[in-house]
Amino acid sequence: MKLLMKGNEAIAEAALRAGCECFFGYPITPQTELLQYMAKKLLKSGGVFIQAESEVGAINMAYGASSCGKRVMTSSSGPGISLKQEGISYLAGAELPCVIVNIMRGGPGLGNINAAQSDYLQATKGGGHGDYKVIVLAPSSVQEAVELTMKAFELADKYRNPVMILGDGMLGQMMEVVEFDDNYQPQKVEKPWAVTGDRNREKRVTNSLYIVPEELEKHNFKLREKYKKIKENEVMVEEYLADDARVIFVSFGMCARIVKSAVNRLRQAGEKVGLVRPITLWPFPENELKRYASKEEVEFFIDIEMNLGQMLEDVKLSVEGKKTVHFYGRTGGMVPTIQEIMDFYYSLKK
Amino acid sequence: MGFKRPECLTKESMHYCPGCGHGIIHRLIAEVIDEDYKESKIIGVAPVGCAVFIYDYFNFDFVAAAHGRATAAATGVKRSIPDALVFSYQGDGDIAAIGTSEVIHAATRGENFTAIFVNNGVYAMTGGQMAPTTIPGQVTVSSPYGRDPKVQGYHIKLCEMLVPLDGVAFVARTSIHNLKNIEFTKKAIKRAFEVQMNNEGFSIIEVLSNCPTNWGLSPSESMKRIENEVLKYYSLGIFKDKGRGI
Ligand code: SF4
Repeated sequence: MKLLMKGNEAIAEAALRAGCECFFGYPITPQTELLQYMAKKLLKSGGVFIQAESEVGAINMAYGASSCGKRVMTSSSGPGISLKQEGISYLAGAELPCVIVNIMRGGPGLGNINAAQSDYLQATKGGGHGDYKVIVLAPSSVQEAVELTMKAFELADKYRNPVMILGDGMLGQMMEVVEFDDNYQPQKVEKPWAVTGDRNREKRVTNSLYIVPEELEKHNFKLREKYKKIKENEVMVEEYLADDARVIFVSFGMCARIVKSAVNRLRQAGEKVGLVRPITLWPFPENELKRYASKEEVEFFIDIEMNLGQMLEDVKLSVEGKKTVHFYGRTGGMVPTIQEIMDFYYSLKK
Repeated sequence: MGFKRPECLTKESMHYCPGCGHGIIHRLIAEVIDEDYKESKIIGVAPVGCAVFIYDYFNFDFVAAAHGRATAAATGVKRSIPDALVFSYQGDGDIAAIGTSEVIHAATRGENFTAIFVNNGVYAMTGGQMAPTTIPGQVTVSSPYGRDPKVQGYHIKLCEMLVPLDGVAFVARTSIHNLKNIEFTKKAIKRAFEVQMNNEGFSIIEVLSNCPTNWGLSPSESMKRIENEVLKYYSLGIFKDKGRGI
């Protein structure tokens, strides 16, 4: 079915189609339509919808519902995600699946409500306390947001881990045509660990406490193995006109879409440029970037972001010093234009 | 029941200090469950604090929550499995300081679970600091000159705060300092669970308990302290029982 939908609403609809049974949220711009959509649909369909008293409340309700084996979602924007970080650490520690949407706005602090990519580091480097990882998916269109949201529920269950959809205000607020596969059936996953209260079996506990150092280390090693597996199996990346490119742009999310237009324009002008767009921000497509860095014809990389270079470290680590990585970014809710990106490219070619 | 070990308690020996009230309160919960809810689905929500290992002592399912968040987690649990008997077990630092927002809103929403709130007037697990429930004049390691309301403010009376809320169905404050009150505590737990299973709304029991270790008293002296000092500030009784018109 084809529909014209706002990004936030499309994500909500995708979640419902993916079998989301419980939603816990708190209003914050620019993601609020997602919460509103869930309020309208989930209550009617017999699901659980609670507008919590705070983001802290919401993520901990999600923790409780996920413990019971439900498919659970919560959503917010930067300042609210900061509050949710406590709960995200607990979810990761207790190995509980949960889909968390962050429709980013400008930061730090209250920042503003415009589109920005200011939470890359928070999303990909843990954000909360402890050695843990969240799978981070970064859509660059409303259609892709739909597909990645459905995928997010599968990944969360598969790995018993929180999964974050990292979009920005632009993605949340823009309207695009989206297509839903009406035949899609969410996979039912056995959850033999879920707390259900049944008394005729061994008791189950969801917990992140390991008071004995040896046991906590063992747990952390186990999590590390899981993260290794995710790294091996779940990297997603789009490589656009990058095969024969001499200059590789790297960009994610909505920003990458603008870069893509710039790449098209530069190609028309005869410049051999391409784009590598990480779709999973964690696990980061290190090997893919490394491969381009090793190519002789590649001269340098240009990282473009709507922040001051939060992904730049990951790009540089992947490139391993083999090539120079230049950076251009706008921040504070400013969006780079195609012309700006082209001008920056030409300034480097001089 | 006599002195048989309740069936829903595991054989694990408890880690609490000698004479601590947690052991008594655990037993009371276990007795009520054995008597009334033998076959029922049961899910406990564990706190952060001295009772952090509570899930080791009962042989039914538990969700272990973050500090203060047990009532939020319990909300998610009960909404997911509405036919289960769900209770959170929380100390005073947990429910009356960091978790005040969560408990007030769970109560306001009329969430159908029971909070068991153990008030011993200190942050026990971290070494006896002042809690929101610490009574005026009480010396703790972080109120070394005694709690002075002019400086540290007053003690919080959570039960009295919750009574006026429409979502709240049952509120009682009980104590375990003597046999009579231990029996009253058990009755209150029984009634709170009943109220929950009748889907009447939020229920909470505040149990005045002791912390011999951090109070620097022997177990029997600590029970006397509840009687002689704590009761001056916290009155006992059933403050609200919607179903019975109280
Ligand atoms: S510190 Fe106090 S509350 Fe904690 S177990 Fe010991 S006596 Fe009980």
